[in-house]
Amino acid sequence: MRMTRVAAVAAVAALAFTVAACGGDDGDGGDTGAGSKTFEAGSTMERLNKAQKIIIGTKFDQPGFGLKGLDNKPAGFDVEIGKIIAGELGIAEDKVEYIETPSAVREEVLEQGKADIVVATYTINDKRKERIDFAGPYYVAGQHIMIRADDSSITGPDSFKAGDKKVCSVQGSTPGDNIKKYLANPASPGAQLVLFDGYQKCVDALTNKQVDAVTTDNVILLGYVAKSEGKFKLAGEKFTEEPYGIGVKKGDTAFREFINATLEKIYTDGRYAKAWQDTAGKFDSTVPQGPAVNRY
Amino acid sequence: MSVLVDHFDVFAGGFWLTFQLCILAATGALLVGTLVAVMRISPVPPLRWIGTAYVTVFRNSPLTIVMFFAAFGLPALGSNADFLRIPGLTSIFSRLGIDLPYFRFAVIALALYTAAFVCEAIRSGINAVPPGQAEAARAIGLTFGQNLRYVVLPQAWKSAVVPLGSVIIAMIKNSALAGFFGVIGDLSNSAQNLTSALGEPIIPVFIGVSIGFLVMTVPLGILLDRIERRRAVAAR
Repeated sequence: MRMTRVAAVAAVAALAFTVAACGGDDGDGGDTGAGSKTFEAGSTMERLNKAQKIIIGTKFDQPGFGLKGLDNKPAGFDVEIGKIIAGELGIAEDKVEYIETPSAVREEVLEQGKADIVVATYTINDKRKERIDFAGPYYVAGQHIMIRADDSSITGPDSFKAGDKKVCSVQGSTPGDNIKKYLANPASPGAQLVLFDGYQKCVDALTNKQVDAVTTDNVILLGYVAKSEGKFKLAGEKFTEEPYGIGVKKGDTAFREFINATLEKIYTDGRYAKAWQDTAGKFDSTVPQGPAVNRY
Repeated sequence: MSVLVDHFDVFAGGFWLTFQLCILAATGALLVGTLVAVMRISPVPPLRWIGTAYVTVFRNSPLTIVMFFAAFGLPALGSNADFLRIPGLTSIFSRLGIDLPYFRFAVIALALYTAAFVCEAIRSGINAVPPGQAEAARAIGLTFGQNLRYVVLPQAWKSAVVPLGSVIIAMIKNSALAGFFGVIGDLSNSAQNLTSALGEPIIPVFIGVSIGFLVMTVPLGILLDRIERRRAVAAR
């Protein structure tokens, strides 16, 4: 009896081993898989390629750029850019792991190594460059203002100077900080500015007339204008330039250069345009020109 | 830690606004809470039912939900809480009078939520008054109102004041939620702003915010300890 049991265990172990070996055989199709591409030894690219896994930080609540749907997978322009980079590293789409990186934690996840890259409507600025490095930009957004369609009193950011118009944006975002200088009293913005933790709350406040305008990057607003069935419109022109970059760990110059080269490649081979048309292009059909990458 | 020095004005402003919010919400909570406590012990059954229902609802809902209903439910009902724009009060608490209603919503949510706990603290105080007191008051012909006002509540306050203090300390800490429901420039919102829009490191900023809250809660705690000690002496 005792012998039989040992034999059974051995048989199961042998079987498991065979199955595992079989599984290994059919993995290396296409141009993904370890060893299908070679990278300089010791580089981040080599490490990720060997591990066959990349963790990408993105937004889960940004229509057109990174929005997690009911299928539990984020989708959008940022996600597509992330997939292309993963593909260039020889990592298959299904090996990409996404984590949610709201605006407040983006530097933190890179510093702590919780994400390998962050593609999350991430505006390049000097303050952030002190803590992380940016590849790109891969897109230049701009701050814009969304108002109710029947409102003609707001024509641009200067309409807030008088002090009677109220505006909503999102906490900890560049546009929320940027709009302060257009308010009647920039030092204490509380009388004119509301900040929430998500744009939908701003849209609700705009609908219910607690605020007169919502301001943030144009692409995000276009998503809401498209969804609103004519209730909202954009006012005036975009009044800032927000270059979106791809965040990598501070000092990883080789990886940054790899991403920059990837971006330049996809600008010309059509993958950039396709990524746009499949995602954010649904709100803004003009395919953007890939902006020149900044190798600072 | 340089952020604490560089942005001292932000922390100071945040402290001041949170302090104002706490003063207003605490006042509101004490008023509403006392009223509800009186309803819960009143001899009129429907009033008792309303009081009990109030406590059941507000004590058992998360504050986030209460905040949410105040900030998004009231506007949907067409109210901007303009009844809180009380002349005179708005000149001291300037945020109360502005067009943007979110500070008023935060005061309402915090006050209504805390009132449920205030009610229970006061009721426990009332229950601690020996029943003979109320019976004696009734025997000499005092009405229910007079009974409460001159006999029961003054004694109830004494034993309720320490638990009430704890409720208010909890409320001060709860006020951190206001910054996530449209109040700009309080401690928690300032922290959010410093860490993400201005890219300051998170830990020093939150140490600064903690100091802001401790400046309010620790003295209150010490005061409560002293009241308790003095009462212990008086009771001997």
